[in-house]
Amino acid sequence: MSRSATQEFWAGVRALAPLLVGVAPFGMIYGVLALANGLTPAAALAMSSILFAGSAQFLFCQLVGVGAPATVIVAEVGLLNLRHALYSAALAPRLTHLPRRWKLVLAYLLTDEAFAAISQREADGQPAGPDRHWFYLGAGLALWGGWQLSTAVGVLLGARLPSDWPLDFALPLTFIAIVVPLIRDRAMVLAAVVAGGVALLAVGLPFKLGLLAAALAGMAAGWWAVDKAR
Amino acid sequence: MSVWLVMILCGVLTFGLRLSFIAAEGRVRFPRWFRVLLPFVPVATLTALIVPELLLANGVLWLSWQNARLMAGIVAISIAALTRSVLWTLVGGFATLALWSGLIR
Repeated sequence: MSRSATQEFWAGVRALAPLLVGVAPFGMIYGVLALANGLTPAAALAMSSILFAGSAQFLFCQLVGVGAPATVIVAEVGLLNLRHALYSAALAPRLTHLPRRWKLVLAYLLTDEAFAAISQREADGQPAGPDRHWFYLGAGLALWGGWQLSTAVGVLLGARLPSDWPLDFALPLTFIAIVVPLIRDRAMVLAAVVAGGVALLAVGLPFKLGLLAAALAGMAAGWWAVDKAR
Repeated sequence: MSVWLVMILCGVLTFGLRLSFIAAEGRVRFPRWFRVLLPFVPVATLTALIVPELLLANGVLWLSWQNARLMAGIVAISIAALTRSVLWTLVGGFATLALWSGLIR
């Protein structure tokens, strides 16, 4: 028997919960970083709802801090968040039967963490009942709440957080937890190696444009590997 | 341009990306190259964020066993590959960073 809407919702919350171990320090350090780069507390808090994307919020603050032009900021945030189009594509076939308001809400809540939790739901062997979208809502809302709370703590405590706590290490750790399970074949390995290598080589470029170059190079490498194998 | 305006533009763009395929499902056919490219997007962008965090210190390459972030990263990657558990990856990574920083001090 498939699970009820309530069971699915709480299963989603539980699937997301382990990720909050990374999200909490990640959100706090974002709050500190936002203020350090000259954003007002109101802007820092609002960004967690308006953008609702941790790594992009980091990038946004750093680019504002170095005085990057608006076009550069929008272009880089756009490229960094391009991966959400993939998550959207993966989720889309399962949402076709839903009314538009559900699609809008679930799209808004679609993050790296929610997608990782959803991928687990696909692999857990539980039958896919008609109420599966409640799982997505549970995972999405759990992350949303955790993110708002932890960024608020960062903004409130600000510089009072001990500076020798390596809270910023939550960013690479969270992404390691998300990326490593995605690397299943040689084309993926190549995409990761090329992206990482270019990120190191291009680190001197202004406005963090090296990140953009690295991401594009990694995608191109993966695409090339698939094309060659065909 | 004000920070708020740029932020709202970024937010609308991000929401658009998240909604794109969910809204277009069944209505639009995407070209083959695009469908081939798409699975590599998260791996490429997230790895580009991870690697400098592990290997650079103040913008300079630091390849050494004394680099606690690199060691913690290697442990986290191993745990993630073996267990696929988010929780153990995070706990193992933070614990290694704390222990290693303490040991080499």
